[in-house]
Amino acid sequence: MNLSAETEEKVMFDDIASMLRTFEEKRENLMPILQEIQEKYRYLAPPALEMVAKRLGLSSCDVYGVATFYNQFRFNPPGKHQIKVCLGTACHVRGGDIILENFERKLEIQAGQTTPDREFSIDRVACVGCCALAPVAIVDDTVYGHMAPSKVEGVILGFEIEKERKEREKQDSESQE
Amino acid sequence: MVTLIVDNKEIETQEGSTLLQACLDNGIYIPNLCYLSGIEDPPGSCRLCFVEIEGYDQPRTSCRVRVQQGMVVRTNTEHVRRLQKTAFELLLSTHHVDCRNCPANKKCELQRIAKFLHFGLKLKRLEPLERDIEVEHEHPFLEYIPTRCVLCGKCVFVCRKRNGQPMLSFAKRGFDTVISFFGEKDKAVDVCKECYACAEICPVGALLVKDSPNIPNP
Ligand code: SF4
Ligand code: SF4
Ligand code: FES
Ligand code: FES
Repeated sequence: MNLSAETEEKVMFDDIASMLRTFEEKRENLMPILQEIQEKYRYLAPPALEMVAKRLGLSSCDVYGVATFYNQFRFNPPGKHQIKVCLGTACHVRGGDIILENFERKLEIQAGQTTPDREFSIDRVACVGCCALAPVAIVDDTVYGHMAPSKVEGVILGFEIEKERKEREKQDSESQE
Repeated sequence: MVTLIVDNKEIETQEGSTLLQACLDNGIYIPNLCYLSGIEDPPGSCRLCFVEIEGYDQPRTSCRVRVQQGMVVRTNTEHVRRLQKTAFELLLSTHHVDCRNCPANKKCELQRIAKFLHFGLKLKRLEPLERDIEVEHEHPFLEYIPTRCVLCGKCVFVCRKRNGQPMLSFAKRGFDTVISFFGEKDKAVDVCKECYACAEICPVGALLVKDSPNIPNP
């Protein structure tokens, strides 16, 4: 993790701490709190779960159990590029799980996780409303229909080339200065 | 006291008792995995404790039924056995059966149930569907083996009862459900080293006390 990510986390935890003070110590506040953290930071960091537990007088594993039950929560910061693979019925029967597996293998992470460089994260989603294009993956704001393993390679490769190009441009402009 | 008839035998039991408990107290065994005496609201999740009760057209899970005066119950009908065998086979289909190398060998509840139902521990109809799950949160003293866990929930229940706040809990859901030790390690060190109630209650070999604990440095 680089320094800026670390300071970012510290700011997040401070912010969560002051947010927690506005809630009463009642078990029924658990879901609203988790949702608020998820909404604001897009993920529930493990130390945040422990803070929530402490505030509500629950055990951490109890909070973890509730949080991991629901699909709406993730436990890793979302990547710069968010890959969502549809596993709704139509996509499922057309091999959506194979597409997911391909992304997972290519990026060496599981659904719900983020690559260590925080470039990519993978999530599974239910029907995204374009079943005719099944199997579907959504990467950032682009919908990819009729996905196939070869396209998975292509999508990732595209981002990698793009990243390299930007880095080269940056270096070039720096060397010109 | 309440009197009821189970398998043509009259038995007596305390009012408010569950049917399963009444039978077990009277020496009538009904396969069960997720029931614990003293549990106020039995989860009824293992689907093994079925019986037929006169007046009901479907078999019922006996852990979820309270006794009633004059109840007529049969624990060994063909219908009941079929349900039990199917539930049992489903449990086994995700269970890594390797009794010879398992510390629970000979004390294991699955072995007992298999014997009782005259049902081998080998799968006949179903494909094995092993859960390939890694343990995310290590415990200093306890070892959890997800491929042996039948998710009965007994460990969570006894821990909550003993320590007020459970040190372990169910996590995730569906096929990925596991028992998790997420949380403060130092608290676990203090509480667990005096307890081990969870490892004692586990009906299979899924929660073990480690031979060499690795206590985190303070
Ligand atoms: S838990 Fe029971 S059935 Fe499973 S391997 Fe151990 S002894 Fe065998
Ligand atoms: S670890 Fe043992 S007691 Fe706990 S849920 Fe699994 S099988 Fe049941
Ligand atoms: S099921 Fe994937 S878009 Fe509808
Ligand atoms: S003991 Fe009744 S369902 Fe498990």
